[in-house]
Amino acid sequence: MMQRSGGPVRGRGPMGAAFSTREKATDFRGTMGKLFRYMGRYKKLVLLVFIFAAASTIANIIGPKILGTATTSLVNGVIAQINGTGGINFAYIGAILLGVLAIYILSAAFGFIQGWIMAGVSTNIAYRFRRDIAEKINRLPLKYFDGTTHGEVLSRITNDVDTINQSLSQSLTQVITSVVTVIGVLIMMFTISWIMTLIALAMLPLSMILMGVIIGRSQKYFKQQQDYLGHVNGHVEEMYGGHIVIKAFSGEAKSVEKFSQLNNKWYKGSWKANFFSGMMIPIMLFISNLGYVAVAILGAWLAIQNIITIGDIQAFIQYVRSFTQPLSQIANISNVLQQTAAAAERVFKFLEEEEEILDVPNPVRLEHVKGLVEFQNVHFGYNPDKIIIHNFSAIAQPGQKIAIVGPTGAGKTTLVKLLMRFYDLNSGAILVDGHDTRDFTREGLRSMFGMVLQDAWLYNDSIMNNIRYSRQDATDEDIYVAARTAYVDPFVKTLPDGYHMVINEETTNVSQGQMQLLTIARAILANPPILILDEATSSVDTHTEILIQKAMDALMQNRTSFVIAHRLSTIRNADLILVIRDGDIVEQGTHNELLARGGYYAELYNSQFEKLNSI
Amino acid sequence: MEKVRIIRYSKPYLIMIFISIGLLYGQANFDLTLPDYLSKIVNVGIQQGGVENAVPKAIREIEMNRTLIFLTPENQTDVLNVYTLVHNATAEADRYVKKYPALLNQSVYILTNSESAKIAHLNPIMARALLTVSFVELLMVNDTLRILINMQLGLSLPGGTDLFEYLKTHPISTLVIIAVVDSKFSALGKTMIIQAATQVVRAEYKALGMNVNQLQINYLLYFGGLMILLTLLSMACTISVGYLAAKIATGMARDMRRDIFKKVEKFSSTEFDSFSTASLITRSTNDITQVQMAIMMIIRMVFYAPILGIGGIIHALNLAPTMWWIIAMAVGILLSLILVVFYIALPKFKSIQKLVDRINLVARESLTGIMVVRAFNKQQFEETRFDKANIDLTKISLFINRVMVIMMPLMMMMMNGLAIVIIWVGSHEIANANLQVGDIIAFMQYAIQVTTAFLMLSIMFIILPRASVSINRIAEVLKTDILIQDPENPKHFDESFRGKIEFRNVSFRYTGAPEDVLHDISFTAHSGQVTAFIGPTGSGKSTLVNLIPRLYEVTAGAILIDNIDVREVNQQELRDKIGYVPQKNALFSGTIASNLLFADENASEDDLKSAIKIAQVTEFVTAKPEGMATEIAQGGMNVSGGQKQRLSIARALVKKAPINILDDSFSNLDFKTDVALRKALRTSISANTMLIVTQRVSTIKNVDQIIVVNEGKIVGKGTHTELMENCAIYKDIAISQLNLEELL
Repeated sequence: MMQRSGGPVRGRGPMGAAFSTREKATDFRGTMGKLFRYMGRYKKLVLLVFIFAAASTIANIIGPKILGTATTSLVNGVIAQINGTGGINFAYIGAILLGVLAIYILSAAFGFIQGWIMAGVSTNIAYRFRRDIAEKINRLPLKYFDGTTHGEVLSRITNDVDTINQSLSQSLTQVITSVVTVIGVLIMMFTISWIMTLIALAMLPLSMILMGVIIGRSQKYFKQQQDYLGHVNGHVEEMYGGHIVIKAFSGEAKSVEKFSQLNNKWYKGSWKANFFSGMMIPIMLFISNLGYVAVAILGAWLAIQNIITIGDIQAFIQYVRSFTQPLSQIANISNVLQQTAAAAERVFKFLEEEEEILDVPNPVRLEHVKGLVEFQNVHFGYNPDKIIIHNFSAIAQPGQKIAIVGPTGAGKTTLVKLLMRFYDLNSGAILVDGHDTRDFTREGLRSMFGMVLQDAWLYNDSIMNNIRYSRQDATDEDIYVAARTAYVDPFVKTLPDGYHMVINEETTNVSQGQMQLLTIARAILANPPILILDEATSSVDTHTEILIQKAMDALMQNRTSFVIAHRLSTIRNADLILVIRDGDIVEQGTHNELLARGGYYAELYNSQFEKLNSI
Repeated sequence: MEKVRIIRYSKPYLIMIFISIGLLYGQANFDLTLPDYLSKIVNVGIQQGGVENAVPKAIREIEMNRTLIFLTPENQTDVLNVYTLVHNATAEADRYVKKYPALLNQSVYILTNSESAKIAHLNPIMARALLTVSFVELLMVNDTLRILINMQLGLSLPGGTDLFEYLKTHPISTLVIIAVVDSKFSALGKTMIIQAATQVVRAEYKALGMNVNQLQINYLLYFGGLMILLTLLSMACTISVGYLAAKIATGMARDMRRDIFKKVEKFSSTEFDSFSTASLITRSTNDITQVQMAIMMIIRMVFYAPILGIGGIIHALNLAPTMWWIIAMAVGILLSLILVVFYIALPKFKSIQKLVDRINLVARESLTGIMVVRAFNKQQFEETRFDKANIDLTKISLFINRVMVIMMPLMMMMMNGLAIVIIWVGSHEIANANLQVGDIIAFMQYAIQVTTAFLMLSIMFIILPRASVSINRIAEVLKTDILIQDPENPKHFDESFRGKIEFRNVSFRYTGAPEDVLHDISFTAHSGQVTAFIGPTGSGKSTLVNLIPRLYEVTAGAILIDNIDVREVNQQELRDKIGYVPQKNALFSGTIASNLLFADENASEDDLKSAIKIAQVTEFVTAKPEGMATEIAQGGMNVSGGQKQRLSIARALVKKAPINILDDSFSNLDFKTDVALRKALRTSISANTMLIVTQRVSTIKNVDQIIVVNEGKIVGKGTHTELMENCAIYKDIAISQLNLEELL
């Protein structure tokens, strides 16, 4: 009857598990072991689930056999009536039916309890997995995310955990019920007639062979269909993404032609895949009917010999029917378990990633930070085989302005990441007020810095809370002050809900420039002794750009500041310029010193002038 | 309305659809006949020993003569009409002797007319007569019973003689005996009398020397064989429907996808903007797949369910008209169960997607803001935020899991309960002789088939609304009118195309927007000159240049190229004259060469080489081991922003168009490349009309004409020096970008 299809299917092809490209865990046993250990605290509940599942199944199996005696009694009653020796014994049949009803109700109740508990356990496990992953994100070194996309991590939280949840709540109990059903039904069938049982069993290899042939065939077409669908979708994405280019170069016809080719290829693979998968059920049904007829004929013959009763035949037919379903379920479960293991393996792999080195046991705590920052023979590379910063040393005196310059993509943010200890040095040291940054706790170190990056980050909450992000205990008044200093106040007042306007999910209800102002306000509120600023203001209108400059200038007053500089005025006024090229710090000094040296900086600076004269 | 557009797609497949419906009808019929045969196997094959009728296929002459005693003269003629008497030791007897060995030594009546109408008519008549014969035969061997009957009925049936001979001569006694047998069996009803009589027939067959067990097995094999044949036919139907459904659904999906893609490719930027790119992609991919699945389901389930349901009800009612209420009750319970569950669960299902999105959003924010989170030591804060979303999701998903988990035992219980009710009610019907045991089993099958049909329909009610959303989304794209069309009688550009561009009082407004974004723009750009557009973000400068290749249509005013309105030439002819480098540089998957050739398929190797040289990308290309054959990933994701920009410029150059438009195309280039590129451009295509959109003053300090755009209006026109003097906005922009002294 109604088959469990594994709940709402998300993101899977139209055919579900049996045909999806099989993913396999590299270490199935190990992963499953881990999963069971993770479930450890629910051991007793799971045991209870197993018992109830088995009890429910057994009750379900006994039902038909007893129902069969009702039929037999009915038949005997009819015969008695014909022979005039009696009639149908309704009292007896009624009693049997009530008994069977009771058994079925019991079975349903057990099924109920089992499902109720298991749903609780699996949902709870899913909750814990998600929580653990979210917390893990915060303990991983930033380096990890260089090699992992956000999409991958998000997919752990949603898809993989969801797969585990689904399979725990459904497949796990299915394993129990299916196995118990198969064994129980076999026993019941044997108690009715061993010959009939053997005949019924003979159908199994037949169906398995047929299934094997069909699955083998359709798998080929399914792969084709998936591949071609990928190509079609890829082409659609690409052409829509470059729509203007297509138009400008009159490439529509070419694009449509390529699309038609891909689309036709997809069609050829797809209808075959769908056709073959559609063959499964009718063939299964045919074999099941074949068994049915064989059982009916054999049963009738045995009934003539008075070996079995008509009620037995009826019960047996029911058993044959309920025998094939759990078998196909078991076949499917191995698939589901493979997927679960694959999902669990990815989750565990993430949870087991190496974390940031622990903070030192007795960290330094500074009462008052002067803001002296020293780089001593710093060596660093994102990859230890590829050192990009070679032996860099510099000193930033308290209150000084350090400009970091270089072309886009040269690695200007690397220095920022090192200062904040997002990455650890390969050798050398960075000191704040004479203390190695590694001697602070990360929290202690980072609370000394304020950071305003170019890609301003806001989250889906009110403007008020977004500013407050840097200091949770700030009063509303503190926030207004910071907002005024950062020139946020005037535009916020024009927004629909003012400070209570919620930044939308795509952060599109404030402009790029306004976002940057908000992050400056956030840094002002934090009032850090040392600043890290990114001046880049691309795609910001002139008026806002001027405001951003003013706000940044206000922020930098009397603080040691590291500025990723884009403005000549900043560069010229800087106490120290660090010139970055291909990740390395190639020159350092003041503007005049560097110009006089006639090196890379001078070349960069002069090209800026030449640019003015070109075209 | 909109769905009509989609239904049109079924047109090429109408014949296939009708064949499918025919096949489904066949399948339903086969499936519904199966229980009939099953009940035959149980009723006749097992209970009646394979004897179907009370009219025997052959009967000994003596037995026939005895039977005739208890028939009315009218019935006697009817019976004798269908039988032929075959005497032993005749040629005719030899033909039958093998089948009826008794023919060796006695005469036998053989049924020679087995028209079903005749048999049906004679069935109860013969049943009664045969049962009476067997009663009398019992009296002949059972003296006690005979004496008892004599005493009770005041008869004087003699012992030790042939009672049949006696009865022939005593019609009163005959009538009494018939009355006695009638009263005994009248309580049984017609079907049970026939069933009882088949035992007599079976005994007669034995007396004829027939192998009755073989007879029974033959009967079972015959109907078993029919059943298998039926399942085979049913399977053939299902597989054929599967074949057709697969072809129809994938075919319609292919056609729809093709049309939607063609349509989108025709879209001008106006239509394209009214959807988002992501939404158009979803409509062309996921939505199509959704519709495809729905079509498949419609053919296999929506068409099938009513046929199966109605057929099942008809069969069930034929079998047991009094038990209709059981099926009605089952369907009622099933539907209300589904209704209740969905009334409770559906709103939660909707909210779960929102909560999943929420948890995704929070996690994504934590990831994108990872540096900020750590810089402000907000890990704990993020964890709390996530936990809140997590708890919300967990609560709802637990609820839904539990509802789902409860469904299963409920369904099982309903089905099992149905079987119990049918047996109970059915057994009373049997007692009242309205049904036979096998009929109950068949009835159960019908009840299950009917409920399955309703279940299928209710599942469709869940799937169809979802597909209907997709259908609407597809239809929206297909019905979108395309604003920019080629003129009916296009003009053509002269051979001596110069490329002078003239804007005459051009205004532009996005469709549906409240205000114009460009107001009254007038200027002329001459060939051999560089015209630059500068202004703050959102001032409309990009929109302005997009009007030239007619990516958008002017709302008022006109754009003329060489004194011809751009609306009066074909789009392709117009665009062939323009080498355009868009703000968003899109490269396509393929190779570097294939991307460049996109501008002009017939470009020579040298053309490509010179284009990449001017675009300053030669070094990049030659550094690659595959050179021009280097693979470009989808959307150009495997090359950096700067290289993408330069390759886009090279692509535009390959076109060798007399007009060049560069929309903010230098932003990702470092200073040195920028300068080199511009120098090369200036020397190589100096005769062209060149339009540059930029935000940097430094880029355009020396161009022939600078047009300052602010809030959709031209606020300044002239050279750098002129504008520094008389255009406040230009001056503002310049000061914010360069130190004052550098500007002088």
